[in-house]
Amino acid sequence: MTDLGQFQARLDEAGYVAERSLASTLVLVAEMQRPLLLEGEAGVGKTEIAKALSRVFGCALIRLQCYEGLDVNSAVYEWNYQHQLLTIRLQETEQLPVQEKERHIFSDAFLLKRPLLQAITQPESPVLLVDEIDRTDEEFEAYLLELLSDFQISIPELGTVKATTVPYVILTSNGTRELSDALRRRCLYHYVDYPDFDKELRIVHKHLPQISRQLGAQVVRFVQGLRELELRKRPGIAETLDWAAALFHLKLARLDQDPERVLDSLTCLLKTKEDRDALTREQVERLAARAL
Amino acid sequence: MAAREDHASGPELLTERVVGFTRMLREQGFPVGVREALDALRIARRCDVTDQRRLRWGLRALLCTGRREWQVFDTLFDTYWWTGARTAVQRAGGGGAGRRQAGEGGSPRGGARDVDRPGPGDDRSVPGAGARQGASAASVHERADFNRLADPGQLREMEHLVEHLARRMRRRIARRARITREGRRVHVGRTVRNSLRYGGIPLELAFRKRRRELPRLVFVLDVSRSMSLYSYLFLRFARGIVSVFRDADAFVFHTRLVRVTEALREADVARVRDKLAVLSLGWSGGTRIGECLKRFNRDYAPRVLNRRTVVVIVSDGLDTGPPAVLEDQLRRMRRRVRRMVWLNPLLGREGYEPLAGGMQAALGVVDVFAPAHSLESLAALEPYLVHW
Repeated sequence: MTDLGQFQARLDEAGYVAERSLASTLVLVAEMQRPLLLEGEAGVGKTEIAKALSRVFGCALIRLQCYEGLDVNSAVYEWNYQHQLLTIRLQETEQLPVQEKERHIFSDAFLLKRPLLQAITQPESPVLLVDEIDRTDEEFEAYLLELLSDFQISIPELGTVKATTVPYVILTSNGTRELSDALRRRCLYHYVDYPDFDKELRIVHKHLPQISRQLGAQVVRFVQGLRELELRKRPGIAETLDWAAALFHLKLARLDQDPERVLDSLTCLLKTKEDRDALTREQVERLAARAL
Repeated sequence: MAAREDHASGPELLTERVVGFTRMLREQGFPVGVREALDALRIARRCDVTDQRRLRWGLRALLCTGRREWQVFDTLFDTYWWTGARTAVQRAGGGGAGRRQAGEGGSPRGGARDVDRPGPGDDRSVPGAGARQGASAASVHERADFNRLADPGQLREMEHLVEHLARRMRRRIARRARITREGRRVHVGRTVRNSLRYGGIPLELAFRKRRRELPRLVFVLDVSRSMSLYSYLFLRFARGIVSVFRDADAFVFHTRLVRVTEALREADVARVRDKLAVLSLGWSGGTRIGECLKRFNRDYAPRVLNRRTVVVIVSDGLDTGPPAVLEDQLRRMRRRVRRMVWLNPLLGREGYEPLAGGMQAALGVVDVFAPAHSLESLAALEPYLVHW
């Protein structure tokens, strides 16, 4: 069994600060060849996990961004219709039998591989990221489930394509819709929470090494306080990093140095008008004071 | 460290322990079948048995399928693996389930009543009673007026059923959409037109846009005092809808209008209750439906309503404002949406006539005016939400 500490260090090198429990789950994904379902609020770094994993394994990352109405054409494969049509025109003068022509235009060369087909036809196992699976409909979810258990795709004109390698599959969900029990049972599960103070501080310093220890700690403590308020959209890790970078460029060393500018820079953290309006100046000052 | 000693005494014991653990989880409502139990064994065998944490994390990743399970897993794991003798553990595991449930139920009196009650066909209060029992209970309560539910136990059960109904409706609607779907269709006229550019070869295909089958649902609920008997139930119904329909929104109004979609999406029912209580603090005075809809039209309508929206207004129509305002606002809203449904719980009562000024004003505008006083009448809504 892979050494956990080592694996965690490699994730760290790849730019992702992971707890040991997450590292252990990722090891299981590789060893058991099971998909991993990551749930958690928007902005906790679910997508980053897949990216880091592909860097650690040194393999390709194939991403399927889900959306409502996602269909087979954009998720699995599509025939290059224009190319086929032009070929037919070019072959009109040639004296080939029809079957021969047909076999030619429905061959690999005319097949446009979309993420899912790509993922199972690589020479080496890639990481397949199915992002925001909760945005598609049940129909697509069922299709994906079938693919994840059989690892083959049937294309009527071409026959069945069997997987050359089994990809490491990471699914993410923001919980806007309940996923089916079948899919949940098929997957390993990890709930990604907002990071605690130490972890978030390490993330900040990893991405913004130029920031002083003092400012970093204040920023993180402020954001963590902010997350406890009732907001429509709570700031994620990306927002923390944006804000820290903004404060750095404003050349602030402490949060209480220039309240006006700190207040202005909150646009980095609060992304809806309702939240901006709901947060009073006093609240901001109190949070800032607590973060010192 | 009982766990370590057990492991040391042989692989058979480990098997037994792991299987016991999966059984305990199943009792706690985890979806753990034979396949999961086998996978759990594989994980346990792979782990260095002295590393308890890896066993925990591995089993947690494998056996949890959602956030609810994620939150209780650690406690269950500790209870099972870190208690002295194995027999004691099993007793704590099996019996602990019941005890914990009773504890959460609140007062000891409530727990005692549950024990007193079991009789034929009355086992719905047993912890872990699942959806199937919910369905059979539905037939008993289908026709009961929500108004008549006096006993809090019954009310809680009805809340559960109402939410369940919303989920079931979603599943049925989705199934119908799947059957009627036909894939992409070529738009012949547009394709021919495109082909002119390429000397008549249809190089660029034009497709008909697929109709979006699922409606967008927007609930606007009256939570005034005259509605108080019903409003919490409708909130639960809205919660069911909001949590399963990706595309849904819910608002409540009394003297003011508040968007509650996010509050309803909260996983824990108790927290939903708290949040809603905070939202409605300090509301008093007469219901002003017209004013509230005006605010809705001004602040939310452009973002929230579209041509495939079905608006469901739940209110008894007892408005203290002038009916003309209400009618005007309803017409504005009607112009933006596909269909407008007005549910009036009073309509189910014998002898009720929609004479209130507000109700009269609304009748001329809405597409569907229906009762909503029982589960049956809520279920009857389904066709209005799907066909158009």
